[in-house]
Amino acid sequence: MSEVLVQPPAEKKSLLGKKERKLLTDPLSDNNPVTIQVLGICSSLAVTTQMKPTMVMAISVTAVVALSNFVISLMRNAIPPRIRIIVQLTVVSVLVILVDQVLKAYMYDVSKQLSVFVGLIITNCIVMGRLEAYAMGNKPYPSLLDGLGNGFGYGVVILTVAFVRELLGSGKVFGFKVIPDALYEAGYVNNGLMMIPAGALFVVACYIWIQRSFAKHLEEKE
Amino acid sequence: MSTKGNSGTIIFALVVTTISAALLAAAATILKPAQDENVLKEKQQNILSLVGLTGPNDYKKFDELVQGVVIDDQGKAIEGVTAISLDLALEKKLQSKDPGYKVRYPLYIYKDPQGKVTYLLQMAGVGLWGPIWGYLALDQDGNTVKSAIFDHKGETPGLGAEINTDGFEMQFNNKKILNDQGQFVSVKVEKGKHDASMPHAVDAISGGTITSNGVSKMLQEDIAFYLRYIQNQTKPNQAL
Repeated sequence: MSEVLVQPPAEKKSLLGKKERKLLTDPLSDNNPVTIQVLGICSSLAVTTQMKPTMVMAISVTAVVALSNFVISLMRNAIPPRIRIIVQLTVVSVLVILVDQVLKAYMYDVSKQLSVFVGLIITNCIVMGRLEAYAMGNKPYPSLLDGLGNGFGYGVVILTVAFVRELLGSGKVFGFKVIPDALYEAGYVNNGLMMIPAGALFVVACYIWIQRSFAKHLEEKE
Repeated sequence: MSTKGNSGTIIFALVVTTISAALLAAAATILKPAQDENVLKEKQQNILSLVGLTGPNDYKKFDELVQGVVIDDQGKAIEGVTAISLDLALEKKLQSKDPGYKVRYPLYIYKDPQGKVTYLLQMAGVGLWGPIWGYLALDQDGNTVKSAIFDHKGETPGLGAEINTDGFEMQFNNKKILNDQGQFVSVKVEKGKHDASMPHAVDAISGGTITSNGVSKMLQEDIAFYLRYIQNQTKPNQAL
């Protein structure tokens, strides 16, 4: 499932600085896992009707990507090549189940809203994609940063989508009403399309459109 | 240490799975009490919200505020089971597998400071994609619906999922479940506008027909079950 696209190979090692910062910031824009690599779309459609659960989802995915990248990178030289994928899956599943259990215990209402989508982080292509493309070939610290960067990249996109969907779909931002009652009385209605997953497709598509119109170098050359 | 060969691979797999299993088992054991408490708290808050007790700490006094009874299909109370721990959806599932199974229902009785009784019923049914459930407050007269709340596991957002919104739930206030002859007719969820002149029906959700029908069926079945007990309770009282 995880078609991994562009991944610059690890270059010269330096401790802190340009390369590490690039690991964190690249996935936010030019190498964004959702809008450029088009991974993890499923959950971006499903959990983005409101900002609060989306925030929790973004944090959960970031934790899972970063930690699984770190753990796999620690084990990368010991993992038998023949069971590489299943070992990765085991590590990811353990982390996802832990996240799910913690949410159920301490953030019950949010975990109810996210329902199965926390468990489905296991199948989020971003996670396996980063493990295969980065953690298997790089040291633990850069892998951790790479995981954090990609988690943030995912988070930025889904939070933007959730902002648009919650605002247009229910007239709220983070659960607070922002569209005044007077406007509703004047005939304004919430957009029902934004409440269903199809609405997210439009928002993600617009996001990609806007991003590419600013970053021309991302366009494929004819 | 080589993990390239067969034995190395097997040992590596064993070590990874053992560590994973230990981690998960530890997490499950440590977090279980907090999770169970959340589920219980939500149920108690749902039940109390029917009679307007929506304070953030009301659920802590649940046992003082309401009295739980478990009832059988003859409308009699069963001893030895606590209502709050009874899983109604599981009871119904057992019954659907084995028709001989005697399903039990949990009922909660709330007495307000004036001594007026409200029956709090729990209901469980199926919508389009999965389970739906609800709670309904029935007045002392065993006829007037005071309030109702519904929820669902995964009905279609914007359509069937609307059953847990105030707009849908408020329609049930002051509806009647008995007709003029005192026979049980339930409250139906059906197409069209329903005002105060139509006490036995509420407006269904457009595009959520199967969920709406599920709610209708759930009300019909479950209220009927509770009614036997409630009528057993009210009749002797009137005679006295």
